[in-house]
Amino acid sequence: MAKTPVQFRLNGSDRAAFVDAPETLLNTLRRGLGEFAPKYGCGQGTCGVCTVLVDGEPVLSCLTLSVACEGRHVETASGLADGPELHPLQAAFMDHFAAQCGFCTPGMLTAARALLAKNLSPTRDEVIEAISGNICRCTGYEPIVTAILAAANAPGARRA
Amino acid sequence: MARHEGRGMASVNYPIGMNLGGDPSQALIHSNPEGKFTVALSAIDLGQGMKQVSRQIAAETLGVPVEDVFVDTADSDTGPHDMGSFASRGTHRMGNAIIVAAREARGVLLEAAAEELEVNAADLVTDGRGNIHVRGAPSKTITVKATAQAAQFKQGKTIAGRGIFLIPLSAVDAETGEMNPNTAFAHACLVADVSVDDETGEVEVLRMTSAYELGRVINPRMVEQQLVGGAWMGISHALYETPEPYYPSIEHGPRDFNEYLMPGPGEIAPYHVTVLERPAPDGPFGGKGPGEMCANPVLPAVANAVYNAVGVRVDELPITPEKILRAIRANGGVKPGPRRGGPVNWR
Repeated sequence: MAKTPVQFRLNGSDRAAFVDAPETLLNTLRRGLGEFAPKYGCGQGTCGVCTVLVDGEPVLSCLTLSVACEGRHVETASGLADGPELHPLQAAFMDHFAAQCGFCTPGMLTAARALLAKNLSPTRDEVIEAISGNICRCTGYEPIVTAILAAANAPGARRA
Repeated sequence: MARHEGRGMASVNYPIGMNLGGDPSQALIHSNPEGKFTVALSAIDLGQGMKQVSRQIAAETLGVPVEDVFVDTADSDTGPHDMGSFASRGTHRMGNAIIVAAREARGVLLEAAAEELEVNAADLVTDGRGNIHVRGAPSKTITVKATAQAAQFKQGKTIAGRGIFLIPLSAVDAETGEMNPNTAFAHACLVADVSVDDETGEVEVLRMTSAYELGRVINPRMVEQQLVGGAWMGISHALYETPEPYYPSIEHGPRDFNEYLMPGPGEIAPYHVTVLERPAPDGPFGGKGPGEMCANPVLPAVANAVYNAVGVRVDELPITPEKILRAIRANGGVKPGPRRGGPVNWR
């Protein structure tokens, strides 16, 4: 089958790949471009670990076709830190012990980033709603909710 | 329709590790020429914090800064043998093996330093900040880094240590069947408050309160996160999760995470934990381990709370709305037990 060229911005850099028409964005990111922050969990859109932002909107990259991302801006958890400087969400996740095994963490961070981009002072219920598509097996969610609320109140939280 | 509140309690005496043919763990420690130490283990950290705890135990025993110790659990093919990360055995078994290995490595480190300082190794102490000096004479000093370089390039010594901790197989008494598979026990008691809806059969965990005795707590924040996360999993096992809801039939089994039920972030129950420390004589620095017991007492406590609330004993997990409604019907209606305990005032 002929490959289709696709170009998009990935965390601020222009990237290009040849993809099969039915290839998922998650596959292109992980196998094609070596971007391993989004994880392959259920592959069915039910666990949230593959969550990325496309033009600022959270999407499940395991259900998103790469060809549909032509010309768009894809952002992953790898794009959060500014060099050695952690994003306030990352710092809050560390401070509040919001990760144990860490497998859900990139998806949680991305879902939280999408929330804070729109709503810098979310309520607890709004935080819960924002991460309700992301499954965590270790933490019991409470430390994650606490971390996101703390990041919302930290300086620089809205940094894109 | 009415909602009935109930309170249930459970306590657990939890054995650390296991005894199926003996329960050994090994650790190897070596220094690089910069005076940084690597601890090689074959048991892995699956998020519970074993790497961090191993690092603290190694640093404390070696007498070097915790930043100068790395834990490598990369490969069970090439690493020292270990039974693995299960049975809540990590801190206790691996921690003890690490202490043995670190003591041997520290002995070589001090011998190498003694040779450089031209003193007796028995007179040397470490300050935990990367220096070794003569006891009572802090000016007679050498850094761990300089010692490691001298050992490597001048003295031809390996600053390394081997450790094993073995709980041997406990023989079974032929007449009584008695054996002692356990070494350290950890203890806990947990109280769950629930609300049961007698129309839908739905159970809501309102709050949980517990006390855990875990020996010395080697990393308090990590113990807390394990207890909090484990309690969530306990609620999940008690009320939600099952691959075979009509076991042994596989009918209506979940096919994906939409159907495999677990509590989400919207179902978090407020949870108050008190951790008690009673250092264990055979534990590394007195540590035992929380592990699986974070979740264990939640299940019977919730089952007891359901019984207290509506008078039905559901003895198969998970305690689903269907089982509760069928049991209430079989019982001739809701029969709440007496309210136990005083007002909840811990928050």
